This record gives sequence, structure tokens and C-alpha cells, in this order.
Amino acid sequence: MSTLTQEAQLARAKGPIPTPAPTQDTAVRTGRVARTFIYLVLLLFALFYLLPFGIMVINSLKPLSEITGGNMLALPQDWTIAPWLSAWSTAQIGVEPTGLRPYFLNSILMVVPAVAISTMLGALNGYVLTKWRFRGDTILFGLMLFACFIPFQIVLIPMARMLGLLGLAGTTAGLILVHVVYGLGFTTLYFRNYYAAFPTELVRAAMIDGAGFFRIFWRIILPVSGPIAVVSVIWQFTNIWNDFLFGASFAAGSSAPMTVALNNLVNSSTGVKEYNVHFAGAILAALPTLIVYVVAGRYFVRGLMAGSVKG
Amino acid sequence: MATSTEADFRTRLQDWLPKLVLSPSLAAILVFVYGFIAYSIYLSFTGSKMLPSTDLVGWDNYRTLWGLSAWQTALINLAIFASLYIVICTAIGLLLAIFLDQRIRGEGVLRPIYLYPMALSFIVTGTAWKWFLDPGLGLENTMRLWGWESFTFGWIKDRDLAIYTVVIAAVWQTSGFVMAMFLAGLRGIDNELLKAAQIDGASNWNLYRRIVIPLLRPAFLSAFVILSHLAIKSYDLVIALTGGGPGRATELPATFMYSYTFTRNQMGVGAASAVIMLMTIAAIMVPYLYAELKERPQ
Repeated sequence: MSTLTQEAQLARAKGPIPTPAPTQDTAVRTGRVARTFIYLVLLLFALFYLLPFGIMVINSLKPLSEITGGNMLALPQDWTIAPWLSAWSTAQIGVEPTGLRPYFLNSILMVVPAVAISTMLGALNGYVLTKWRFRGDTILFGLMLFACFIPFQIVLIPMARMLGLLGLAGTTAGLILVHVVYGLGFTTLYFRNYYAAFPTELVRAAMIDGAGFFRIFWRIILPVSGPIAVVSVIWQFTNIWNDFLFGASFAAGSSAPMTVALNNLVNSSTGVKEYNVHFAGAILAALPTLIVYVVAGRYFVRGLMAGSVKG
Repeated sequence: MATSTEADFRTRLQDWLPKLVLSPSLAAILVFVYGFIAYSIYLSFTGSKMLPSTDLVGWDNYRTLWGLSAWQTALINLAIFASLYIVICTAIGLLLAIFLDQRIRGEGVLRPIYLYPMALSFIVTGTAWKWFLDPGLGLENTMRLWGWESFTFGWIKDRDLAIYTVVIAAVWQTSGFVMAMFLAGLRGIDNELLKAAQIDGASNWNLYRRIVIPLLRPAFLSAFVILSHLAIKSYDLVIALTGGGPGRATELPATFMYSYTFTRNQMGVGAASAVIMLMTIAAIMVPYLYAELKERPQ
């Protein structure tokens, strides 16, 4: 709770949405009855957003008998972390009783290189597209931008063939390639919009002083790229970690990422449904992105506002 | 002489270097996006079954596709899902943003609560809601345990109503994000404008209807584009929440494409359905992106 309040205070101080002073809020005046109504609605919605996930947390700490026989909103009478241990290391995923641990590692091994490579390439692309402009660069950027929004169903069949040809079918390396390629459009978009606001005169001056392409990038551009790099990393991390379609299509079996393994755990048709284990597994799958969101969420929202659609 | 050619070479290298750096990404996009789109379009005109084949069959796959009741169900479901999802997310997002903008105490606590679902995977969201909506375990059971014996909420098991549970879960996941977009828009409105209107005697209702909401047009447009694009791509949530069922009642184009291509070995038909999905998204995205890129010539 304390971290949440802290986060809230930070968010208010720096603001993903600018709220430095109360004057930023609307000047509209509201009466007492209206204000009570507003608070009531806001609290009801807070409950709506908290309830499903909160129930999942509560029930992941109950023995199975309390779940199937009892009230989902009741606190556990018998607190237990057995479901968590089971979800992590012994639950049946597909045919193997391995728990989610190996798949969690698969996801880490996939997400770290994919995020690093796509962010690096996005930074270079954004730098070229804003500071080394050439004829037709807007069209090229438009092509990259549209690539962000294609329904991935249109590339599934050819991609499966391509990964087969490259010998990467069913591997983590194959998934890294897929995520880098389809993340490039977004990372390029972020860095391009960010660098567009950076004074080109500084780059010109450095050029006149004889600095080359990479020197300017390392010495002038990269040092100011912190905020947008954070945005790109968070965006890519969340998307790649949460991806299901590519994972399910290209990495079956032991190389599957966390989301696919979780789906296998929850929707396997054999045996007794251990709901408490399912919930513990779902929370484990959600944990990395939730942590990233709590730690750095304010940059994320700010970046989405500034970078993605509004330009 | 030697130095001048060397200098010449260096200048040329500097000229080419930016394009050289851009080229791997560009090549990747051209092959993996546009090349693959072309290949999928080509496949949709072939008689491919389990494996891609080269015999062209004209529009046969499209004819088959439109004749399939599963595809029609998927399209009707998409129409229901997308329209409700977009309208409800926009309405909730706008309402919460306007309310949060009234100098609310605890805004900093409420905002992350509204937003956190978007950090979750649709598989996690589906797992949570599937259980919450299960008549025997979730809400219905709880209400009955609390003494409301006649309470029924079995939409997820009902062929006609199951698609609405997908809407509920999807709205839960995304509406907070839409709220953030509207809040950013509201905070960008000049307060002097509102004060002037108040002095002129405008009621709060009229103030929002006549001045504020029209000023939020860009936020409405962004929300529409993002939500419609998410709706057409929706796949994971259906898989996790209903698995496309009961029966095929919650099949969407995305799940249809996957099952026809990879489990029913009708690759040509699957490719045709993917092409139609792409065309639908392109019809929305291309004008939007064109306007965005044209607006700011640099």
C-alpha cells in the first residue's frame, strides 16, 4: 500500500498527465450533491477494476475445497501458499509436471534480447529519420508505421514458413526475431517523434565541427534519449511479455512462453480443475508487467500520450 | 591528390551511412510485413490445404469463406463486439476522465487503479473473468450464498449472450487507458475559456456538451482508431475466456483464421479471411495515418 501511495504522490508531482497545480484541473464548479455523486461513481469504478484481480489473489491463497464449496469473496480460513508453489514448479503443463518455471525463463530469455534489439534499432531509425533526412523518408516512415497496425493473422502463414526455412521454427531465437520485426514500427515511431523535437541546429553545429554520424549519435543524441528509451522499453516489454498469438503459433512445447503455458495450465481438459493453482499461475504471469507498471508506469502513460498517436 | 579522394570517400560515406543504418530495419519491414502480406494474398487465391500449394483457384476461397456459417457468425460477433466495446470504453473513459478532472482528492490513487488492467495479458484477464462469470463458482454463486436465491447470471454459458461477456472483460481491460487519453485532452483545455462561459451563465451540462466535448475531438479520434484496431485483432481474450464457445458462439475473425489455417487445414480459406481482416483495418488506419503524417510536414 505504501508503494502505491508513494507512486501516487510521484505521479502527482511529475505527472504522466500534467497535474502540477490545481489550476490545471477544470475551472468548472460543482455543488455538494454533485460532488458526492462523483466520488461515489469513481469509487464504484475503482471496485470494478480491482475486484476480478483481487478475487484472484484471495483465492490463490485458499485450499481447493474452500473455493469449490465456499464464497469467492470470503478471505481464506486456511491460508496456504501451496497453490503458488505448485503453479511455479510442479503443476501439469501439457504433458510434463514442470510447473510454470521453465516457461517463465523462456519468456525472460525471449523478452530481454527482443526488447534490447528493437529499442536500439528504433533509436537509430528515429535518429536517421529526423536528423539525416532524405527524399522519400516520410513515405518510408509511413510504411513502417502502418506495419504497427496490421492484424498479425496476415503474416502467420508466411512467418511459419520463413522460420522453418531459417531453421528457427519452435525456438526462442525465432520468437525474438518475430518480436523484433513487428516491434520496430512502434520503437521507430517513439524515437522519431521524440528526436523531432530535439534542436537540429545542435546536430548541424557538430557536423560543421567535423563530427560524423555515429559520433553525433553517441555524444549528442543518446545522452538525451533516457525518457523515450524508458517508454520504448516498457512498451516493448509489456507487449512481448503479454503476446500470445506468436507464442502459440511459433513456439509449441517446451519452448513456449509464459502466456501459452498459462493457457495450457488453465484450459487443460484433464483431471480436477485446481482453480487456486490457476490463479497463482495467472498472477505469476502478470507479475513482471505489473511490477514494471508500478515502478515506471508514469513514464509509460506520458510516452503513450506524447509519442504514439498524437505526435 | 590522395587526400582529396580520401576526403571525397569520407563525405560519400557520411552521405550513405544514414541510409545504410536504416536499411536493415527497412529490409525487415519490406520482407516480413509487405512481402508476407503479398504472399498471404497470393495464398488466398490458391488451393492450399495443409501446405501451401501453387495451383491458382481464382476467387474460390473467398466464395467458400462467405458461404461458411462459421465466418458469418464471426463477422456478426465482431460487429457486436467492436461496436459495444468501442462505445462503452469511450463512454466510461470520458465519464471517468471528466469526473477525475473535478479536483478529486485521491486522484493519484484512483488513476493507477483504473489503468493497471492494461498492463495485464489478455490471457490473465480471461482467466480472472472466466471464473468470475462462471455461474457455479463466481458472481451468481456468491449472490446466492448471500441469500439472493433467484439471482442468475449465466451469460458465459449461453450461446446468445456469451459474446457480451467478452465485451465486459475487454472493457475492463482497456477503458482505463481510454480514460487516460481523455484526461490528457481535458488537461490541455484552456481554463479561461471555461471561466468565460461560466460568466456568461452556461450550466455545467451545457459547458461540457457545447465546449469541452467538441474540443476533445482529437482524443475521440485517437480512441476510436486504437479501439477499433484492438477489436479486430482480438484473439487471446476469446481463447482464454470462452475458447470460442459455447459451440462456436464467440468465434471472431481472428480465431476463425487460426482454426481454419492450423487445425482444419484450410489454408487458402484462412488466408482469405486474414486478407479481409487486413483490408478492414487498412480502411480505418490508412486515412488516419495519412492525415497524421501530412499534418506535420518537417
